Amino acid sequence: MSALDVTLWVVAPYVALTVFVLGHVWRYRYDKFGWTTRSSQMYESRLLRIGSPLFHFGILVVLLGHIGGLVIPKTWTEAAGVSEHAYHLAAVALGTVAGVCTVAGLAILIYRRRTVGPVFTATTRNDKLMYALLALTIALGLAATVVANILGGGYDYRTTISPWFRSVFYLQPQGESMAAAPILFKLHALSALVLFAVWPFTRLVHMLTAPVGYLTRPYIVYRSRDDRRGSRPPRRGWEPAAVPDDSRRR
Amino acid sequence: MTRVMAQLAMVMNLDKCIGCHTCSVTCKQAWTNRAGTEYVWFNNVETRPGQGYPRTYEDQDRWKGGWELNRRGRLQLKAGGRLKKLLTIFANPLMPSIGDYYEPWTYDYDRLFSAPVTEDTPVARPRSLITGEPTKIKWSANWDDDLAGAPELAPADPVLRKVSDQVKLEFERAFMFYLPRICEHCLNPSCVASCPSGAMYKRSEDGIVLVDQDRCRGWRMCVTGCPYKKVYFNHRTGKAEKCTFCYPRVEVGIPTVCSETCVGRLRYIGLILYDADRVAEAASTPDEKALYEAQKSVMLDPRDPEVVAAARASGIPEDWLEAARNSPIHKLIFDYGVALPLHPEYRTMPMVWYIPPLSPVVDVLRETGHDGERAGNLFGAIDALRIPIGYLAELFTAGDPEPVRAVLRRLAAMRSYMRGINLAGEREESIPAAVGLKGDQIEEMYRLLAIAPYGERYVIPKAHAEQGARLEELATECSLDYDGGPGMGGPFGEASGTPAPVAVENFHALKERQATDDLDRADELRGRVNLLNWDGKGTPDGLFPKRKDKS
Repeated sequence: MSALDVTLWVVAPYVALTVFVLGHVWRYRYDKFGWTTRSSQMYESRLLRIGSPLFHFGILVVLLGHIGGLVIPKTWTEAAGVSEHAYHLAAVALGTVAGVCTVAGLAILIYRRRTVGPVFTATTRNDKLMYALLALTIALGLAATVVANILGGGYDYRTTISPWFRSVFYLQPQGESMAAAPILFKLHALSALVLFAVWPFTRLVHMLTAPVGYLTRPYIVYRSRDDRRGSRPPRRGWEPAAVPDDSRRR
Repeated sequence: MTRVMAQLAMVMNLDKCIGCHTCSVTCKQAWTNRAGTEYVWFNNVETRPGQGYPRTYEDQDRWKGGWELNRRGRLQLKAGGRLKKLLTIFANPLMPSIGDYYEPWTYDYDRLFSAPVTEDTPVARPRSLITGEPTKIKWSANWDDDLAGAPELAPADPVLRKVSDQVKLEFERAFMFYLPRICEHCLNPSCVASCPSGAMYKRSEDGIVLVDQDRCRGWRMCVTGCPYKKVYFNHRTGKAEKCTFCYPRVEVGIPTVCSETCVGRLRYIGLILYDADRVAEAASTPDEKALYEAQKSVMLDPRDPEVVAAARASGIPEDWLEAARNSPIHKLIFDYGVALPLHPEYRTMPMVWYIPPLSPVVDVLRETGHDGERAGNLFGAIDALRIPIGYLAELFTAGDPEPVRAVLRRLAAMRSYMRGINLAGEREESIPAAVGLKGDQIEEMYRLLAIAPYGERYVIPKAHAEQGARLEELATECSLDYDGGPGMGGPFGEASGTPAPVAVENFHALKERQATDDLDRADELRGRVNLLNWDGKGTPDGLFPKRKDKS
């Protein structure tokens, strides 16, 4: 493994992951107020109504596909009786549909962002960088799949990329198996690493607070004024004096 | 045992509203004079009949706000259940666009100074605050004020459309009134129920409904959920904002800005005690017309010893119970029976109630040559003029004319009874008897509605001192984080960073005012007075621009 390979496939993943995790922790502590989707639906909803669900549902399926391909080892699916061919067929079919939806949705959203005046005005440089990285990552991922399956005879990433991906989390990184992957897959992984590193500092943070808790919580939320003590938690040793019992209330 | 909760409530006497918009303007100065909330009016005044703000918000077939009963007779959000909400989260199909409110604008004032000398007077053209482009002003928060454009605009009034055709025709000739609106701080708030993040909550001490700005993620479902469209989306920060019932003011016992500055003194604020466990049951009453009575049945009598005992057990402090006993709201709803809720059919149990206007009836009598203040004439007119009753009933009682008629008869009885006392010195006891009241009750009611001083109109118990340290700086937004203001700025622009506490902001504002070398700066907009902290007495520095010495 060359020094470059070590940098790209051993060092870089940990740098990106660290920034991703600590960045979110820092943002959550420091910038809760900025933690939002910053929806632009008020300005324009006709294009958004098509583009946004297309993109979001597409990317969710893509995410599930990545979990299936990267996290679940090949041996497991084969033990379950799924042959490589059957897996590959299902992955390509589902991946193509989801990928096309995602790309189409993203294209509509970027077109909207550029052409609808108020939406473009509300776009920050941060957003532009995020859009560029997101689009690049998705495009490279789709290109890698298309090139491998249409031009080539298909590429079994579950023998190279997936073990590398899992090895990063075992803390025994196998950079050499990723170094053997085709160039487009490498570029896709690299741009994804950059995307993960800037993730906590962009509006993408809204993904981490997807409101799944809504399904189970009671409809009406009551909160007491006592819940939070001021806009910043009291430092240790500076807790406000409290009345020891409720004698004032009788 | 009943779980007693206290609720700050408001009653507005529509007879006294002259449509001056002072409440709206002072509210805007205090709360929504910031970038991103240009189009937002926590308090607005609508002319009825009219489309309202945002346009046709009362058309729930279209906007799907509030609750409805499902087939099993259980409450559910009209816009759909939890799963449907999450599935439509990427593009909310029921959210009003900026065009449904209006596109806010400013004027190109600089052109008046910078234009070169020509024969023509330079013009300050309107510019959209959304796009920054020159714009044509086509609509605003009160575009149909005083029935402006009514022949074209009023027929789209969703309330008017419910009333029959014949009534419509007469109505347009005879009847107009103003409806000031703030957040209803409902007992069964559908905005809170719609919030996927759980960022919206009802304060258990005083029932004020607030948005936690740190937990709001901008999913926008609350805007859809509120049938009164009183939750707004700040398009710069991407967070929901709403009327706060001026919680920093009421916590120290002074009324909201809109009440304080009301020229007609038509607003009343006080406490209501209610049974929190019975809210959902009452809101599920099958017959819409019974919802007004159902909501009344949830509210408790603060003079009833059993209620008092239950309230003490629920931890309501003694001075709050005292305030509940003196509450003008309780008197207006129960003792005099003249206040009605706005759109009870939305099943949210609204807590800002209205005394419907009698003046239009009096005006019609006077215009037709009758004595508009004689009890007999008034009673007859109330029964004969189905126009106002039908419309008011659609607003306040889900279409049931009887409660509205009863209220108007009581108001009419008060007018003629008090006229008898003032002009002839006679107490015509048959008049109060005809509306089920006693003479001294009528006089008390007259006192409360006509001449009650500050302390009787606003009975607001202070938040408890022992909670003081915990209360400071709770929730929502501050009025000083305008562009470049002391509250602004985080690493990702204006929408980021923790909001500066109000105390810190005041410190910076004062320091800046006192330390600046530049005298002219006092005239600039940044020297504006924070009406939130103004108690209504005197003229604080900066309320008016300083006079310049011509030396």
